Amino acid sequence: MKRREFMKLAGGGVFVFFTIGEPRDWLEGQQRAGGRDYPTDFNAYLRIAEDGKVTGFSGKAELGQGTQTALAQIAAEELDVALDRVDIIMGDTALCPWDMGTFGSRSIKYFGPALRQAAAEARAVLIELASEHLKLPVAQLATKDGLVQEKANPQNRVSYGALAKGKMIERHIDPKPPVKPPSEYAIVGNPADRKDSVLKATGKAQYAGDIRLPGMLYARILRPPAHGAKLKTIDLSGAERTEGVRIIQDGDMVAVLHRSSDLAERALSKIKAEWDVPEATVDDETIYEHLVKVAPAGDVIEEKGNLEEGRKLATSVFEETYFTPYVAHAPVEPHTAAVKIEGGSATVWASTQRPFGLQEEVAQALGLAVEKVRVITPFVGGGFGGKNRNRQTVEAALLAKLAGAPVQVAWNRSEEFFYDTFQPAAVVKIVSGLDAVNKLVLWDYVIFFGGERTSQPFYDIPHYRILSRGSWGRGGAGAHPFEVGAWRAPGSNTNTFARESHMDAMAAKAGLDALEFRLLNLKDERMKKVLQAAAEKFGWKPGKAPSGRGVGLACVNYLNTYVATMAEVAVEKSGTIKVKRVVCAQDMGRVINPDGARAQIEGCITMGLGYCLSEEIHFRGGAIQDRNFDTYEIPRFSWLPKIETILVDNPGLEPQGGGEPPIVNMGAVVADAVFDATGARLYRLPITAARLKAALAPR
Amino acid sequence: MKDMIRFEINGRPVSLDVDPERMLLWILRTELGLTGTKYGCGEGICGACTVLVDGEAVRSCQYPMKDVHAKKLTTIEGLAADGRLHPLQEAFVRHNVMQCGFCTSGMILTAYSLLRKNPQPTREGIILAMDDNFCRCGGYMRIIEAIETAAQEMKKGARR
Repeated sequence: MKRREFMKLAGGGVFVFFTIGEPRDWLEGQQRAGGRDYPTDFNAYLRIAEDGKVTGFSGKAELGQGTQTALAQIAAEELDVALDRVDIIMGDTALCPWDMGTFGSRSIKYFGPALRQAAAEARAVLIELASEHLKLPVAQLATKDGLVQEKANPQNRVSYGALAKGKMIERHIDPKPPVKPPSEYAIVGNPADRKDSVLKATGKAQYAGDIRLPGMLYARILRPPAHGAKLKTIDLSGAERTEGVRIIQDGDMVAVLHRSSDLAERALSKIKAEWDVPEATVDDETIYEHLVKVAPAGDVIEEKGNLEEGRKLATSVFEETYFTPYVAHAPVEPHTAAVKIEGGSATVWASTQRPFGLQEEVAQALGLAVEKVRVITPFVGGGFGGKNRNRQTVEAALLAKLAGAPVQVAWNRSEEFFYDTFQPAAVVKIVSGLDAVNKLVLWDYVIFFGGERTSQPFYDIPHYRILSRGSWGRGGAGAHPFEVGAWRAPGSNTNTFARESHMDAMAAKAGLDALEFRLLNLKDERMKKVLQAAAEKFGWKPGKAPSGRGVGLACVNYLNTYVATMAEVAVEKSGTIKVKRVVCAQDMGRVINPDGARAQIEGCITMGLGYCLSEEIHFRGGAIQDRNFDTYEIPRFSWLPKIETILVDNPGLEPQGGGEPPIVNMGAVVADAVFDATGARLYRLPITAARLKAALAPR
Repeated sequence: MKDMIRFEINGRPVSLDVDPERMLLWILRTELGLTGTKYGCGEGICGACTVLVDGEAVRSCQYPMKDVHAKKLTTIEGLAADGRLHPLQEAFVRHNVMQCGFCTSGMILTAYSLLRKNPQPTREGIILAMDDNFCRCGGYMRIIEAIETAAQEMKKGARR
């Protein structure tokens, strides 16, 4: 498609095309989008329509993290329009340019600056148009609240809508237009109400499962009892007798379709199937030994100095091993999709974090050209990395094709647990050394299957090496008994639990206060600053652990967002841990929506309590034993600590990510506080009451 | 087997010829098109499917149609009256409670049921009443604050 045609289709006005500054992704995207019926020299755009409304289009998705609101703030600020005049359309492959996906706390960090420049460019175009319209030089004009007006005579003015009327103007950002200095900001940096709140509070917000299509059938699919199981015999007679049911068998897939999903489920339960289940060779207790055994030689992620030299300098050496289990994403909305195929084109509504990746998968599954598939991303009921994968959508697409009718596949909770791509179980081995004045001189760090993100030390260590043996996502055959994937802040929850637990253990053995010990080994001023901000709010009093007070701390540099967290816990006789208070200080650069950023911190802290205290997938081989929230416990109201958040001012730094960073400190901050309370250090997450009680028992 | 079941939903009378053993959740979502009520776990654990039956919060995924006969039901779609949000909805909006929003209907209706019985709950009372409703985004702190705000507004006689 020529850009002109595309603009005509979109409806005229002023367009600014731009590229989100994700260079590697962009290159890949350009190559992929090359074969499509879509202009390829931009991956986002902004439009000012004839009614003066401003719309930004992006292939990212709103999963609940609030980027739709923060992005609108950025555009509104730069364009001088009211926030409610700006909409951000997300995740629709027919309307939005290609995007790799929504993960890694990248939406504001990478899309934000590009959108800001596009808005600045649009503003410049509007002033030029106004200059012709009002017959005044550009220098005598200013923008305010959706109008261009004469500086000397504000009554002489024209609206953005009137300027865009009947126009078809395209611009690209090159060279970079001047942007507003942050000192003039009136919208960015101030709390903004979420744009989706009323829809969500009234039940009007539509999710993938809420799409109703004429003639749509609800499909339930026969599932194996374990990953790797093979269907041996099947008896469909019971299901076939159910009124209104259609049964579709295609290769390994057996599906029951009905006009009501509960009746499809009822018919499915009447199918009798026998399976060959492969013998289990690992379970949730033996998995760690297995992972260490099968791990590849690995890659050095980062190194400095020489480990042998470090060993020689060390006067005390600390060696420990840390373990983190498989953890489920468990969004309240299970994976869901509806697919309609008509006239050789497919339309897909899916709960996805990767609409464009999904478009390709569906095209491939249906044997259609990519541009014949449109993926629409309605509101997504939580993702946390789990909705990067979209098996349910491919299932719905195949069934829609075979049934000749629109089909919805909505996983139930049991399927959601079974097909989840868990945070991988991982092992971290650390050998570290201190010199006579308690300075770190050695850090030999090996991570098995956890992933390398945030494994690089930010402490000042002359001799270190970070070795990653089997990363998440490329574990290789024989490593994990089922699929694993990205889980909110992938790799970092494991790495930070290990690193900060280890730092705490060293401080305790050296007889130093945990904060003092970290500050002694830090040169990074931003890290010192967040630690001090947290300490001040928390009222951190120096002490030697275990002090009995039950306080702990942890810190991280997550992709250039700095977070320091302090917590206070109480441990009951039963071993049950109550996290009473959490203080979190975060430096994320310039903050777009402080209220939204705080909501993300609160959410991360609350969600993070789960992987600290209870969340762990139990399994035998490919059989997942936790299939609902009765045995897989996620945090609830009664777990809620008092949460205090601090946004550490750093206006000179461009906005960084905020959706993930605060969750990564939770494992260590609780483990450290438990050690301070009881003198027992737990090297394995989650810290259940039973494990803590066992650790406290006299030997 | 089907029975004619008559009830009122969001102030509107409904007669349905349905299998009385089917669960209310699916009738709401499929037959009646009221999709604001969500499926979360299917076993009555998470609270996403909560609706009001005669003002009382129930888990619609565990509530058979035979028990609905002659009852008055309210779903999230029926809470705002005369185009005005209920004080609980207003408070959820004002506190920017919602992240993904998938648990929200169940949260608001459970809170409604609480405030009906106990218009001025303590914080502990709120936590106790809400403890079986799950929010994976971790929005509990703001939900509690929003319920407290709504209780205050309703005490001032805002409405209901």
